[in-house]
Amino acid sequence: MNLAWREIRRQKLRFLATAVGLGLLFAVVLAMGGIYKGMVEDATLLIDSLGADFWIVQRDTHGPFAERSVIPISVERRARSLPGVEWARSFSTITVEREVGDRNVRLSLVSLSWPDDRGAWLPLREGRALNAAHREIVVDASLGLELGSEVPLGDEHYRVVGVTSGMVGSGGDGLAFLTLSDLLRVSSYMPPEARRLARAAAGGNSASSGGVQVSAVLVRMKDGADRERAAEQLAGWSDVSAWPTSTQQSFVLLGLVDKARRQIGLFRVILVIVSSIVVSQIVYNMTTAKTREIALLKLMGARTRVIVGMILQQSLLLSALAYLAALGTGALVFPIFPRRVVVGPEEMLTAGLLLAAIGLFSSLAAIYRALRTSPMTILAG
Amino acid sequence: MEAIRGVDLHKTYGSGNTEVRALRGVSIQVDRGELVALLGPSGSGKSTLLTALGLLNLPDRGELALAGEVVVSGGRALRDLAAVRRSKLGFVFQKSNLIPFLTALENVRLGLEINDHGAAEAKRRAAELLAYLGMQDRLQNYPEQLSGGQQQRVAIARALAVDPPVLLADEPTAALDGSRSRDVIGLFRKVAHERGTAVIVVTHDHRLLDAFDTLYEMEDGLLRRLPNGAEANRR
Repeated sequence: MNLAWREIRRQKLRFLATAVGLGLLFAVVLAMGGIYKGMVEDATLLIDSLGADFWIVQRDTHGPFAERSVIPISVERRARSLPGVEWARSFSTITVEREVGDRNVRLSLVSLSWPDDRGAWLPLREGRALNAAHREIVVDASLGLELGSEVPLGDEHYRVVGVTSGMVGSGGDGLAFLTLSDLLRVSSYMPPEARRLARAAAGGNSASSGGVQVSAVLVRMKDGADRERAAEQLAGWSDVSAWPTSTQQSFVLLGLVDKARRQIGLFRVILVIVSSIVVSQIVYNMTTAKTREIALLKLMGARTRVIVGMILQQSLLLSALAYLAALGTGALVFPIFPRRVVVGPEEMLTAGLLLAAIGLFSSLAAIYRALRTSPMTILAG
Repeated sequence: MEAIRGVDLHKTYGSGNTEVRALRGVSIQVDRGELVALLGPSGSGKSTLLTALGLLNLPDRGELALAGEVVVSGGRALRDLAAVRRSKLGFVFQKSNLIPFLTALENVRLGLEINDHGAAEAKRRAAELLAYLGMQDRLQNYPEQLSGGQQQRVAIARALAVDPPVLLADEPTAALDGSRSRDVIGLFRKVAHERGTAVIVVTHDHRLLDAFDTLYEMEDGLLRRLPNGAEANRR
């Protein structure tokens, strides 16, 4: 006879409510991990997607995702001359906020190197990649812009021709892709009056100075090309710095995500401790409420394993139900979080094992209490 | 045939000024099929004797034997007492102490399953026992759905589940009214005489003493046998 189940059967709702409450608490633990993983994925998503082997950036900087980086567009041509280069593309990114309809939309604009790169690699949900060099834009679905809608950038409107899914930047803003020339136009745009004043301040000369500048130049090597030799050659360019893609990713993770990782990690530890204490308290109270029954079982000569089994089974069942409640809550709630919450099979398994461990650990105090219960307790009236 | 025997049992609580000698060389023997009442005022040592006989609170000195086998000697257990309790002793208390989340049938089954009876056999025997005690219509009722007398019947069925040679009852009628008390003592008598169980009942209720085969009285840690039920009633 399974005593644990029979007791739960008699107070199903209370047990279920306890499990759901615990599940909600653990959903927060899952969310914390998912938010961190989402941040890491978001932060490295664009770097991974662009498929470069090297990032050439402003000398002694860590690149456009870590800090301001400005290099002449001519570096692209120089990079193409390296032996074994498949392609070299200029890259720029800026973040802008615009009123679209009655909404304020924050977009991370990313350049595509037209005409070589029209965004065919983008994970499109609807529409298409760029077909024209000018006034077309592909946006991420998280921005909430519909296909065919127009986004005001600079003094022009850009038509949304494609909608991607899951393309967000390290800050969690949806990405929007347009040609490099359009992006440079947007980034250098000044209203006519401001341009006039700037020209006047410069003594009648043009307000712009120098040649065209971009954030970075991306270099992709051919298959079988000698990457180490290319890296050595790039290291010899004194005006810029060149980082392998893996280093570029590390800079992003160290710069943007590391503190958040530690903060979230600590928060998770605290939550796990709180969950453990809560489960312990619940299991202990459940056991305390059964002191007479446990004393009776001992009086009847029940083996220790019968009593320990009852407590352990209830604790583990509570953990299992809490786990399911946490997963259910996650499935319902995580998609509406403003930032991506990535909870994969690995996180689910880890959370399951963690809850099982909490269940086991939490029942120790209750088992100790049960084993110390004297069968004489039953005679106390 | 001897069911339980205690010889020269001593038990002392505390020491110095607070010393209480609860048992002072008590000897008792109860045979199978014998219904025994244990009388005495509060603090006389009845409960101490009952818990000693129930292997819950070992005497400091003396010897205890169950079904002819010595299980405690010189204040030391000679056997696994939980195992002895499991198979050779049944307990009934003032409160029925039924497990609230088990039905009447399950409460009785529990005693059998603790003794390694298979689920099907335990269920059959539990149902038989409850029917024997007139509870065949209440098998699926939870304790809260039963009257006090019915709860005690289930408790007796549970205590008898493994057919122990000895049944110990600590004031089992204290919470019941007169007619229900008579019913319960009647059941003990039935169990003792029909099943051959030695039943020892601690009671304060002198109205029911006629039903018992043997009467003992505890006073200041000493046990004394009274002549018979009728004489005790006169006292």
